[in-house]
Amino acid sequence: MEALVIVAHGSHLSAGSSAPTHQHADTIRATNAFDEVKTGFWKEEPSLREVLRTVESEEVYVVPLFISEGYFTEQVIPRELRLDGWDVSEWNSDGLSADTATLEAADTDHTVHYCGPVGTHRAMTDVLIRRAETVTGDPNIGSDVGFAVVGHGTERNENSAKAIEYHADRVRESTRFEEVKALYMDEEPEVDDVTDFFSTEHIVVVPLFIADGFHTQEDIPEDMGLTDDYRTGYDVPAAVDGHQIWYAGAVGTEGLTADVILERAADAGADIESAIEMVREKTRQTPFADD
Amino acid sequence: MIELADEQRRLARTAAQSESNPIEFDGLSFGNNGDGYWIETAKRGLRGLSASAFDSTLSDEQIAPYISNWHFWEHTVAHDGRHRRAFLRFLESAAQMDVHDRYAALESGMQTTWGELSITATLASHGVREYQLHHERDAGTSASKLETYENPFDAREIARFDSEGRYRPLQTAPSLIDGWIYPALTQREVFETVDILYPATIPNWNLERTGELDITHWHETAQRQTGIYDMVEELSTEAVDWMAASCCADSECLKRREWEYDENTTLEADGGSGVFPCREPCSLVVAASRQWTQLEKQEPRSYTFELTPAEKEQIEDMIESVAEGNISEIREADVSEGANRYRTRFLREKRMDEEGNLSGTPTHSSEKEDG
Repeated sequence: MEALVIVAHGSHLSAGSSAPTHQHADTIRATNAFDEVKTGFWKEEPSLREVLRTVESEEVYVVPLFISEGYFTEQVIPRELRLDGWDVSEWNSDGLSADTATLEAADTDHTVHYCGPVGTHRAMTDVLIRRAETVTGDPNIGSDVGFAVVGHGTERNENSAKAIEYHADRVRESTRFEEVKALYMDEEPEVDDVTDFFSTEHIVVVPLFIADGFHTQEDIPEDMGLTDDYRTGYDVPAAVDGHQIWYAGAVGTEGLTADVILERAADAGADIESAIEMVREKTRQTPFADD
Repeated sequence: MIELADEQRRLARTAAQSESNPIEFDGLSFGNNGDGYWIETAKRGLRGLSASAFDSTLSDEQIAPYISNWHFWEHTVAHDGRHRRAFLRFLESAAQMDVHDRYAALESGMQTTWGELSITATLASHGVREYQLHHERDAGTSASKLETYENPFDAREIARFDSEGRYRPLQTAPSLIDGWIYPALTQREVFETVDILYPATIPNWNLERTGELDITHWHETAQRQTGIYDMVEELSTEAVDWMAASCCADSECLKRREWEYDENTTLEADGGSGVFPCREPCSLVVAASRQWTQLEKQEPRSYTFELTPAEKEQIEDMIESVAEGNISEIREADVSEGANRYRTRFLREKRMDEEGNLSGTPTHSSEKEDG
């Protein structure tokens, strides 16, 4: 038997923090690709310390629903899951290339395939683009449109900016959008000045965050001038300095994120090709581009 | 009267012929030897049966419950999930009751309380177990008046907010809402649903039963912390005791605290009387302990306040009411209660200055010097 365990941060204060984790777990559960699909959290229950003991399968794929490699993926999660013999060198990563390491959980004896975070997987670029389609309702969105990927910045973790640059580069290489920019909350180029960086009238702005919360629902909308007060909400699109800003909210809430979770498990050896196909189609909210 | 399904009969025949025969389970044994098929329970024993005689014996009123019981435990529940299996056995007192008595009890429903949950095991067709799950407060409420649920994962909606709509970060807080029912869960579903409402309580309960519970005491948990929680190791034993008494009492969490300060230093606080154990300080305790680690670094100092005896008692009443979570029960006009809003506003008006200092006394002496 094989299980998928999605691990995420969660929150003691915000009820919505774990919603994307549960949403993607439900999507994957519906594919029957795994005998069990479980969720574990740093701040909610079951805790990272105890999630594995709720798993009946001997073989477990653990996928961190985190944006970048760093403190949580390298230290906290392996420590709390009691992955025997873990060392970050197991991933042999440059900050973007963590894939998988197979270890044993000391307390439960599960064989754990510990995967890299969803945020740095190449398939996350597709989710950013899908998010643009969803927020504009246009499956062909791209030409004459600017695209901004927004991240926290390097203040806490240099790998966080690497992930933003990586996906911005990939969106740019797709040549689908007129202009592509990586922007940050706490460093240059800043999301506050979003309209300075684009000549296109329409700009799609997608934060590379897992869940909507303080940053994506309060800070970024106010910083960009979508609203003076986040409590009064904002329009999509919103007119700012002669531009139309389509603000998408956290990319992690996009249904296709479930695909990236599956890609991580597949890269670690799970045989789930048909589930991946199913999730790609089922999570699409706009009609097909050629319909 | 248990009527066996064709599949149950087929599996029994196959098992009787298999290399693993004789089969022995819960007071039933059956197999096949040189004399033909045989089957035995506490009430009945038959030997030298032909295949067709064995077949019709399976449906015997005395035998069929045993066969369905064997089928349920060895084929439906099976052995993949040891904690699930142990929990389901517990729900029908399988270790204490023989199949005959158990089936009679299951016919009318066997009820177990698990935290604030009430779980009732009953028999559906062919002796397959079915489980009803609701809040224990709804024991006397007709199912038609409760909101019906079927999907275990929808239990997340039940668990997320308390009756006042506040987010419940601690799933085992005794604040689970009532008014809902899962009328008919399968054995796997009842395990999944309880595991959502009270995560990991079943594995930990079972590990404790079998003497395998891995308890991580406070000091070890604190030592393991890094980042912003690195500091919690500095919290004094005394403060850890106050924390356990404040946060881990039965009024706050239904888990029974089994962790102590360390292996050799027990805490004075009562661990509670819950069915399922708490094997380690949870993330809420660790996060709160960070606050207390910072606050407890302050040295006490003497302040002089002028209060009437009634005002001193009122402040004590207010602390009591906040600590017990009783504020919402204090009626708007009940000014005899110290924590009544009007009484509190009056006290603030009288005893606090514009900066919010009680009795006009600054918190830090520098403020006095500056002022």
